[in-house]
Amino acid sequence: MGEKVLMKGNEAIAEAAIRAGCMHYFGYPITPQTEIAAYMAKRMPKVGGVFLQAESEIAAINMVLGVAATGKRVMTSSSSPGVSLKSEGISYIAGSDVPALIVNVQRGGPGLGGIQPSQSDYFQAVKGGSHGDFMKIVLAPSSVQEMASLTSTAFDLADKYRMPAMILADGTMGQMMEPVELPEAEPNTFDKPWALTGTKGERKHNIVNSLYLKPEELEKTNFERFARYKTIEENEVLYEEYLMDDADICVVSFGITARVAKNAIVEARAKGIKVGMIRPITLWPFPKKVLREAADKCKAFISVEMNMGQMIEDVKLATECKKPVYLCNRTGGMIPSPEEVLAKIEEVNEGGDK
Amino acid sequence: MMQYKRMTLFAGHYGSGKTNIAVNYALHLKAIGEEVVIADLDIVNPYFRTRDSLDELSAAGIKLISSEFASSNVDLPALPQEVYSLLDKREEKAIMDIGGDDRGAYALGRYSDAILNENDYELLFVFNKFRPLTPDAESAVEIMGEIETACKMKFTAIVNNSNLGELTTAEDVLSSVAETERLSALTGLPVKMTTVRADLVNNLNGKVDNLFPLTLQKKIV
Repeated sequence: MGEKVLMKGNEAIAEAAIRAGCMHYFGYPITPQTEIAAYMAKRMPKVGGVFLQAESEIAAINMVLGVAATGKRVMTSSSSPGVSLKSEGISYIAGSDVPALIVNVQRGGPGLGGIQPSQSDYFQAVKGGSHGDFMKIVLAPSSVQEMASLTSTAFDLADKYRMPAMILADGTMGQMMEPVELPEAEPNTFDKPWALTGTKGERKHNIVNSLYLKPEELEKTNFERFARYKTIEENEVLYEEYLMDDADICVVSFGITARVAKNAIVEARAKGIKVGMIRPITLWPFPKKVLREAADKCKAFISVEMNMGQMIEDVKLATECKKPVYLCNRTGGMIPSPEEVLAKIEEVNEGGDK
Repeated sequence: MMQYKRMTLFAGHYGSGKTNIAVNYALHLKAIGEEVVIADLDIVNPYFRTRDSLDELSAAGIKLISSEFASSNVDLPALPQEVYSLLDKREEKAIMDIGGDDRGAYALGRYSDAILNENDYELLFVFNKFRPLTPDAESAVEIMGEIETACKMKFTAIVNNSNLGELTTAEDVLSSVAETERLSALTGLPVKMTTVRADLVNNLNGKVDNLFPLTLQKKIV
């Protein structure tokens, strides 16, 4: 790791991507992620990379598909409505089995919504979010440092499993500034015998495509893809446990709300309430096993989210409804305060929510 | 003793700390008995705006001129018409918080004729060497040139705001002095002040000239 610099979350993603060997960025501006494109526009020409502002989100994601087919590291970034526009292309990337990074710095929705932060694209991110049977790896950073480190992780996982990976951040994570240590090491590289790099007349040509003329073939491809997804669920789950050893109450929260929840947990502990947190870092694959184990020890769960209650469904599934799961949420661009989360912890500690 | 012009304009690289310094500088001018008005001319940054300090500014009796859309849920890069009143009311000290980089500085260009005519202003370049795109004097000079072209005005002095946020130590600030002096030598501009978090002032007194403590720090999470 190198020297510390003070970065916005959006800049940290952009710089980390370049250091991960991503020399191709295609995007279209939208608040609150525009700094990613602005940073790329300044830096890419200096490092011999490509920055291209496309004519639309749809064009940008298809440019990403094109570069991904050649095996080069490539990314795009947007915020909620823009990611919706990109969703068709994301399905094509998954269907073509090529790696790419998509960054979603979420804002409030639905529709044009607003520019303030939100986590209301959780369903869109982890439940496919486009047509067809497919998943993408979804990583949820909770600090500017993680905006950088998880960007490298996302490129590695995408390459390793030949599939789209997403950084699911929010406007606050994108805009806030914190010190970051950027990676100095050479990026990991992966063999890509499937990539379209020109045959030079020396080998059979590769095909990158998501069209299958025979339903039997498409079914077989989907079965194979889901076998790969199973491997990912077994091997690539990332989460952070915080004060869980003796916890009666387990808070589940990701990204910016996990930071708020941490403050509330410190306060609750000071009042003698045994509360801890499991923070999913991969939202897909979701940390099911650790949550199921927590359900045997804890008496209740609280899902803290900036939406109307989306991850809470996965918490209920993971805990197999063994214990009650309560929701503590704000939406529409509002961030819950530590006091609000503390009040919910106290309510649940007294036996339920009002 | 610091000299104060009628207008003080803060510009610089994106995220260099302009808004925070502008708000603290306004509070300082008010505290020494000036009538103060502060204008938010940021048309590029959607979050972390001067308006976030509205309560503190109002309590201190400082007028804030800002777009009604600042810190709201819409992204309209509008400039408030009241900015013109700030140019005309010469009995008040005026502070302008300019948006980052050349893109942010275009908004200032609209008022530069009036400011240059009055000729009682400082245009301060806020420098943070811990920002990734301004690690040294040369990269800062490049951005200064871009900003000057955009706003049609020349910088008059430098503010050293080198910091790593909450983790900033006195050593970090000390380590930035040499680069700031290089920037001063390269541009021929004086270093007006070094802005530091208030709790670092005791450690730095006597080691850094013209320290300016930042007492008000906005933090979201």
